[in-house]
Amino acid sequence: MTAYIARRLLTAVPTLALISMVVFGILALAPGDPLGQFAANPDIPPEVRLNIRHQLGLDQPIPVRYVRWAGAFLRGDWGYSFASRMPVSALVLQRLPTDLWVVGSAYLAAVAVAIPIGVLSAVKQYSLFDQVATTCAFIGFSLPTFFTGVLLIVLFSVRLHWLPFIYNVQVRDPVGMLKQAIMPVSVLALFQAAALMRFVRSSVLDHVGQDYVRTARAKGVPEGRVVRRHVLRNGLIPVVTLLALGLPAVFTGAVITEQIFRVPGIGSLLIASIQNSDTPVVMAITFVYSILVVLFNLVADVLYGLLDPRIRYG
Amino acid sequence: MGRAGREPLGTAPVLDWTPAPAAAVRERPRVARSLWADAWRRFRRHRLATAGAVVFLLLAAGCGVGPEVYHVGMNTIDFHASMAPPSWAHPLGTNDLGQDMLARILWGGRISIAVGIAAMLMSVTIGTLVGALAGYFGRAADLVLMRLTDVFLSLPQLPLLLLVIYLFRDRLTKLVGPQLGIFWLIVVVIGGLNWMPTARLVRAGFLSVKEKEFIEAARSVGVGPAAQILRHILPNVLSPVIVSATLSVGSAIIAESTLSFLGLGFPPDVPTWGRLLYDAQNYLDIAPHMALFPGLMICLAVLSVNYVGDGLRDALDPLRIL
Repeated sequence: MTAYIARRLLTAVPTLALISMVVFGILALAPGDPLGQFAANPDIPPEVRLNIRHQLGLDQPIPVRYVRWAGAFLRGDWGYSFASRMPVSALVLQRLPTDLWVVGSAYLAAVAVAIPIGVLSAVKQYSLFDQVATTCAFIGFSLPTFFTGVLLIVLFSVRLHWLPFIYNVQVRDPVGMLKQAIMPVSVLALFQAAALMRFVRSSVLDHVGQDYVRTARAKGVPEGRVVRRHVLRNGLIPVVTLLALGLPAVFTGAVITEQIFRVPGIGSLLIASIQNSDTPVVMAITFVYSILVVLFNLVADVLYGLLDPRIRYG
Repeated sequence: MGRAGREPLGTAPVLDWTPAPAAAVRERPRVARSLWADAWRRFRRHRLATAGAVVFLLLAAGCGVGPEVYHVGMNTIDFHASMAPPSWAHPLGTNDLGQDMLARILWGGRISIAVGIAAMLMSVTIGTLVGALAGYFGRAADLVLMRLTDVFLSLPQLPLLLLVIYLFRDRLTKLVGPQLGIFWLIVVVIGGLNWMPTARLVRAGFLSVKEKEFIEAARSVGVGPAAQILRHILPNVLSPVIVSATLSVGSAIIAESTLSFLGLGFPPDVPTWGRLLYDAQNYLDIAPHMALFPGLMICLAVLSVNYVGDGLRDALDPLRIL
């Protein structure tokens, strides 16, 4: 197992290196100039502009810039934001608590809703409950989050005046924080829960018809115990893997929700930085997202091996 | 199309003495019926999928023909009718400039649906190519191509999508004109970031089908690799590809709307559904209809496509042939 993890970590390194090269290459080859605002400003003489470019290392060839960036990144130096003149790491850290609070509670809510419903609708396959649940999941899965967000705003903020539709970090009292988080969290949770519920249902269904479940019933194990001890123990293994795999996608998917509700998270920082051609911030955030994806892929594989003794890593 | 029906998969050849699966025996038709006719019959039995197909075709036809029939200019500005709710003159109301929403939605639908289908074709083509090469040739080709697939799967999709569109939008606009440039950029980027699931499906299919006896037979009579891939293996791997192609139309429509919704898609004068939603965001309190109708169109299109995909999955893969 340790050997397997070590080997996977070793393959993760070239993957991440390749991804960082791709992103860096796209940014470097892009026609937009990070110093566009200086170029447009007639008060700055060309020599000064060249000087700034030189200081930022922008006059070096792309491979040199890449190696420099990668070395600094590994040492924890993510560079300075062009737009706000702050270290990138500080910018990201500043946004992180909001992000974790909104995205985290959305994911927990999605899991709390999806697993019981998915299990119940698999155990009672073709029942009315199953049909309603699968239809709802199908619709929830097909609705883009920006539309459900807009729908909730129209309903709860505009018509009913119950909830604020702009997220404000200055709000400190618990009731206010809860009220402003309800809509972004439920938009994110709805989409996640729908996808997750479909997966839980099919995974549990794979096990409900197995011989060992019939054996358990035949020897007189009560139905509740059959489901809890026999079906779920096996049926939920792939679900745990999916939970790990899905986590990075929740963070990137939150970009849209953050934009709708003006949540000052990492996603909205990314969009603002893209629009400002703020290369260091864009690069750092995109790369952090990639690290999350690769890391949680690894976590998923390891968890799968830990939970399912039939899986052997050679 | 008919070629796939002749491949000896569902209907076992006469000389084959191994017992066929029970369901296949029961379903064996008295009249010769192709795989596609069977699939069509099963598809129609799936009521929601049929409804989805009808709705999607209606949407596509409506957006295709609508602007020719409905003669209200989508760019006619009328400040007297600014943000008017639905009425006889404007069935879906007007926007902040008093432009007719129905005309804009019909026109935008053309672009949204076209992007969806073009991006699907793109991702399916790349995915099939990569999957077929990796699955058929194996060894080094497989290793390299599958590592590439893994890397693409590890890329953060949405941020990268935003990044590429934003960075290259202006250059392409200068090169081929605003609408066409953006259109192709969006199609290429969405398609280029969505081919991985198809590649994996095709590869898995190739791995199992290429070991079958009829491929061995084809090889033994001297059929070359290209013909083996195109005429013998690919038709047998087509079912999952068709399903994932259908589903990817939906996800491409969502991706395009997302881009436009974040203000990074088509320019403001091209009213795609996502762009209409983006424009409506600031008037949610005064004119919610500006957001609701385009949003509903996106949902309707995606939902119907997804139901079609669901039905196709059941229709094309009843015995898990692969």
